[in-house]
Amino acid sequence: MSWFEILRFALRGLAANKLRSFLTTLGILIGVGAVILLVAFGEGASQSIQQSIQRLGSNTLTISASFSGGGFGGGGGGGGGQAGGPRTQARQLTLEDARALADREQAPSVRSVSPVVTASSATAVHEGASHTISQLVGTYPSYFEATNKPVTSGAYFVNDDVLAARKVMVIGRTVAEELFGAADPVGRRVSVSGVPFTVVGVLKELGSSGMQDADDVAIVPLPAVQQSLTGFGALGSIIVQATGAGTTESAQAEVTAVLNQRHDITPTGTADYRILNQATLQETVSSTIGVFTALLGAVAAISLLVGGIGITNIMLVTVTERTREIGIRKAIGAPRSAILGQFLLEATVLSLVGGLSGVAIAFVGTRFTIAGIEPVIVPSSIALALGVSVGIGLFFGSYPANRAAKLRPIQALRHE
Amino acid sequence: MTTPVLSVQELSKVYGEGDAQVRALRGVSLTVERGDYVAIMGASGSGKSTLMNILGCLDVPSSGRYLIDGADVGALEERQLAVLRNRKIGFVFQSFNLIPRMSALANVELPMAYGGVGAAERRARALAALEQVGLSDRVRHEPNELSGGQQQRVAVARALVTAPSLLLADEPTGNLDTASTGDVLEILDRLSASGRTIVIITHEDDVAAHAKRVIRLVDGQIVEDRRQAPVDGPPPRMPEVPA
Ligand SMILES: Nc1ncnc2c1ncn2[C@@H]1O[C@H](COP(=O)(O)OP(=O)(O)O)[C@@H](O)[C@H]1O
Ligand SMILES: [Mg+2]
Repeated sequence: MSWFEILRFALRGLAANKLRSFLTTLGILIGVGAVILLVAFGEGASQSIQQSIQRLGSNTLTISASFSGGGFGGGGGGGGGQAGGPRTQARQLTLEDARALADREQAPSVRSVSPVVTASSATAVHEGASHTISQLVGTYPSYFEATNKPVTSGAYFVNDDVLAARKVMVIGRTVAEELFGAADPVGRRVSVSGVPFTVVGVLKELGSSGMQDADDVAIVPLPAVQQSLTGFGALGSIIVQATGAGTTESAQAEVTAVLNQRHDITPTGTADYRILNQATLQETVSSTIGVFTALLGAVAAISLLVGGIGITNIMLVTVTERTREIGIRKAIGAPRSAILGQFLLEATVLSLVGGLSGVAIAFVGTRFTIAGIEPVIVPSSIALALGVSVGIGLFFGSYPANRAAKLRPIQALRHE
Repeated sequence: MTTPVLSVQELSKVYGEGDAQVRALRGVSLTVERGDYVAIMGASGSGKSTLMNILGCLDVPSSGRYLIDGADVGALEERQLAVLRNRKIGFVFQSFNLIPRMSALANVELPMAYGGVGAAERRARALAALEQVGLSDRVRHEPNELSGGQQQRVAVARALVTAPSLLLADEPTGNLDTASTGDVLEILDRLSASGRTIVIITHEDDVAAHAKRVIRLVDGQIVEDRRQAPVDGPPPRMPEVPA
């Protein structure tokens, strides 16, 4: 008796109850498909977030003012500095801070320092076309390199532009399209809140990441935006680029030392600024997403398990229902192995067909972008989901099949 | 003298335990020679089916010895038993026991599939067996599309297609009308005439009249063993073959 023959019996057994076989297969299909799809979405989300972090440049530190901590503690009382350590009022970040950080002696691991002020929602107008730029950034030319923003047409502004406070601007793709459409914006004039700027360059398209459109920006020399829009107050942030990926940590230590000195922060006191390290951020985010993906996978795995229980249930019903048939087969000389093989194959075919269609569905499903996330199939999830589904079929199918194969013919024949 | 096709000695079968215990067979000894046609008769509950199931290796006796073609069945393993059921025994049940949703042809092919016969030969032999029982025009029909008599003829074809040493039939005509009964008995008569060994259970004298030897069971014991025709002759009710 060949295996091919037994397979034929198994297929015939399944065909005898098409609807039931189909529904059981569907259970496994959904389980396997869900595992692969959800893991693919988790992976896609993870990759897109990592990419947008990497776009910021991996060896940069972003310093911003922090107003949390006990800075306002001693305001009302008579004598200053009783509790919480000697702590003067929190200071803003200034251009002087930025200059101090650029000191080669004190901060040798720092490659460039870009002071940044940001005006949000500045309205730009060009020949009747109007667009509210979500981020208008005033900074130094080093900003382009530190934050990894190349231009596709035109050029960056240069240090001279900063010194002369020239009204020049580099705009993002969204701004260019909103104001100029298909025309080349380089050399054209744009008026921002009534102040005329000349466009010198257009940034390479970054694509949107999550909620924010990274291309809805305009970058101008620091004094130009201070003069016309924000005033010469505090800086919004300072972006420090380390000399290399390996020196980010030491750059952070140097920056901390310089700023602590300038802001009179004692080693035990609370700093009035924050340093955001891209590398650390990346690690945190990717581990968070890892947990998220694992959770999705776990939810999907449960549905796979439910599908497996469906197979077990169906095999139990099938075997019970066909006990008489098993008796007949044994009476005409079917060996135990043939009976066992037939039912095991039935279970395996169900789970394998379900599993493979689940993979196919998942492949189709991952061609769609949902909520801005492009799913990325993780090959190991396919192997795992298929393996588990076939394993479930074999494992749970073997119990009822074995029970049936062991019956004496007359016991099986008398079964009602 | 050749080895008998089957030989049982002091066979007993006890069902259940304690108060509910039933002694279905109480020391049955019986020898059947090759070519014989034996009818086992007895009232309902006398142990006929119990004996038949043991003879067909579908059940095991509580005690006693059973030899088929000289081989001790009690000493066989499960796998060898399957081969024995497949090659040496053809069993016909009162309730037909065809596999549903399988054509008559597939049902008749089934024992040969388990016996490892090749597909082409299997088909040819199954068709020949169906022809022998007069069902050449019903090979594609499934059991629920056949009358009781036709189903039983398919079952007979399935039992004899492997050319077994022994054809066992447990009240094969019990569920059939007179005409179908006649059909089946005629087939059995012809098989007997061609030398096949047959053991049949019945409680109808008309059916028993076809056998060469009649055994009567009462309460699990043989009380009568009567020969109606010689072992090597034709069965007594064999219709006259036109010369
Ligand atoms: N599986 C069983 N369990 C318990 N008792 C049984 C079983 N099969 C048969 N019997 C009992 O054994 C006796 C003989 O039964 P059976 O061989 O079927 O008789 P017959 O076929 O001659 O009518 C009966 O009393 C019956 O009740
Ligand atoms: Mg009976």
